[in-house]
Amino acid sequence: MNSAAISAKVAGAIPGACVEALEFQGQTTLQVRRESLKEVLAFLRDDPDILMNQLLDVTAVDYPARADRFDVVYILASIREDGLAPVRVRIKTRIPDGAALPSVTDLWRSADWGERECFDMFGIRFEGHPNLKRILNPDNFYGYPLRKTFPLRGERDPAFLEYKETEPA
Amino acid sequence: MGVELIRGDNFVTARLADVVNWARKSSLWPFPFGTACCGIEMMSTLASRYDMARFGAEAVRFSPRQADLLIVAGTICNKMAPVLKRIYDQMSQPKWVIAMGACASCGGIFDNYTVVQGIDQIIPVDMYVPGCPPSPQALMYSFTKIQGLVQSGQGLSLDPMPEAVPSVPV
Amino acid sequence: MQITDDTLEDSQLMTINFGPTHPATHGTLHLIARLDGERIRDAEPIIGYLHRGKEKMGEHLKYNQYLTMTDRMNYLSPALNNVGWCLAVEKLMGITPPPRARWVETIACEMARIMDHMVCNGINAFDVGAGTVFFYMFQQREVLTDIFEKMTGARLTITWPRVGGLPYDLPADFKDDVRKFLKGFYPIVDECEKLLKNNRIFLDRTVGVGAISKERAISYGYTGPCLRACGVSYDLRKREPYLCYDQVDFDVPTGEHGDCYDRFFVRMEEARQSARIIEQCLEKMPDEGPVAVDDYRVILPPKEKVYKEMEAMIFHFKLVIDGVKPPPGEVYQGLEAGNGELGFYIVSDGSGKPYRVKVRSPCYYIYSSYTEIIRGLMISDVVAVLGSLNIIAGELDR
Repeated sequence: MNSAAISAKVAGAIPGACVEALEFQGQTTLQVRRESLKEVLAFLRDDPDILMNQLLDVTAVDYPARADRFDVVYILASIREDGLAPVRVRIKTRIPDGAALPSVTDLWRSADWGERECFDMFGIRFEGHPNLKRILNPDNFYGYPLRKTFPLRGERDPAFLEYKETEPA
Repeated sequence: MGVELIRGDNFVTARLADVVNWARKSSLWPFPFGTACCGIEMMSTLASRYDMARFGAEAVRFSPRQADLLIVAGTICNKMAPVLKRIYDQMSQPKWVIAMGACASCGGIFDNYTVVQGIDQIIPVDMYVPGCPPSPQALMYSFTKIQGLVQSGQGLSLDPMPEAVPSVPV
Repeated sequence: MQITDDTLEDSQLMTINFGPTHPATHGTLHLIARLDGERIRDAEPIIGYLHRGKEKMGEHLKYNQYLTMTDRMNYLSPALNNVGWCLAVEKLMGITPPPRARWVETIACEMARIMDHMVCNGINAFDVGAGTVFFYMFQQREVLTDIFEKMTGARLTITWPRVGGLPYDLPADFKDDVRKFLKGFYPIVDECEKLLKNNRIFLDRTVGVGAISKERAISYGYTGPCLRACGVSYDLRKREPYLCYDQVDFDVPTGEHGDCYDRFFVRMEEARQSARIIEQCLEKMPDEGPVAVDDYRVILPPKEKVYKEMEAMIFHFKLVIDGVKPPPGEVYQGLEAGNGELGFYIVSDGSGKPYRVKVRSPCYYIYSSYTEIIRGLMISDVVAVLGSLNIIAGELDR
């Protein structure tokens, strides 16, 4: 099952979910609408032909100039016992600052720490997550370090005085 | 050892402090505070090829109350800093500290929001070992230097703590 | 009244603090466990004590400079991480290094894997009481460190291949050194295995301890030896071969129960297979030929040319100042590292520095299952399980 077939199948099963399918160096990225994100992910996991039974990683990319500031990226893989090459697909969705995504901890257990890290580093909330708190940074840390507005040297940087973050609602 | 006089076969006179220091330097008990890559090189120093036992320091203690040499090997992050401070405070006097590697000495290549730029911002340091990570030979050399400090009764921990650094209840 | 495990109320549970400087935590892991007698009722792992901001640093370093960060991720097998990063950037740029470079990188990867497994298994054995094995295995690692030192100039943090190939050719006696190592390596592995395979104490400490089922392991994001110990024959080197793994012959060892014992011996067998791969690579590797791509926008031109030719000098300056410039786009490249799938997700905006680097570290997701594995075990098993999962703090916290 190649990646082009996957995007066609997703578009067929959940119409209107895919915004676009990007192909770069032989890798597929599906950009989906925020509302149908969880539906698409559940479909990819449960469909017997695709069977994305592993969530490799959850991460985000920050574009501060954009209205929908963050790209949240889910990297999926299928681990099959029949020896076929693993198929990898990235699901991408855009969300504005302060918005929340549905948590996928009930689909894959690895989403637990993946989403926590995403929250810790970007301040993106995941609704329905059982234990959404900081994981890598100390509990009393101020700010979200992987946002582009956060200065590299943190508190030691004079630019930190201008760095303000609204705690996510 | 500071021998002053040898009389016959049975008597040696020396200052008591010198004898105590001599005994102390030959059986330093290190506390390996290994956090990162330097910890692996410290392990090779302790393992069979380089063998710290030659300096009488193979008795690695993982309880700070039983150790008198703190080897900080690896990066210390802001989250780890209070732990290091507490470990140092729990060690009994006299104590010596080796900052092993660039990260412990000055933050190394990690000049960013999370890494402490040198453990000397938290605790006094007697010896800095350069390298990223330092080779086992470098660590052993610093170790012999520490032995020299011990013999001569020097060490930063013997000085009173500066007022600016509050001590943590142990 | 008879006192059983169930008589203990919640208020009688004892909370203990394990780490972050406990010797058996291999670095800086912290565990808060709630004990019911000696049995673990619940535990919460706390990580981040070695969070060094490597992903943030990635946005401020050039592609070749970031190699220094990957060295320090899984510091037991730095060559694997470096090669992984180079593969990802090469994929992003769409270039392929010449065959000799790929063969040498394959050898380096397998040497690094042996280094990783030697330390991991050695410490795991040390933690459950078999001290001899640790010294035997660490000795083998020292030999490999020497080979790496000859090859790259550094023992541990080697920063060695570059994007597009190798920075310099191998030393003349490289093959002899490796062959000598292999000759001494097989007997040591056999001996260590003999020491432990039917050892009553070792069996008691590891068999059935910390087992996890296949489905749960996959759902938790397990890859590498820990997943193979559960019986899933999944190895990226076989499934989507990179470098030269499609031209060598090796087996993928699997376990059965996914417990500490299986994980230990899967790693042992893997180290043997790695030695087998190295042997084949030494035979098949071309002795002559370029070690880097012939493109001065990626690899520095040779010094003789820089001093004599204007064009080479311009390329030299451009590469030093701007770095390599991949096209805009994003790419995810995984490779089979010592612990499982180590992936680099790079978003490039066309400049000399990545726009975003995400490291998919295998330990991170394996460790997230730790609470579930150790629930109900004895406190002493915590250490055995931790060692067999091979949690490396540098990779876990990045």
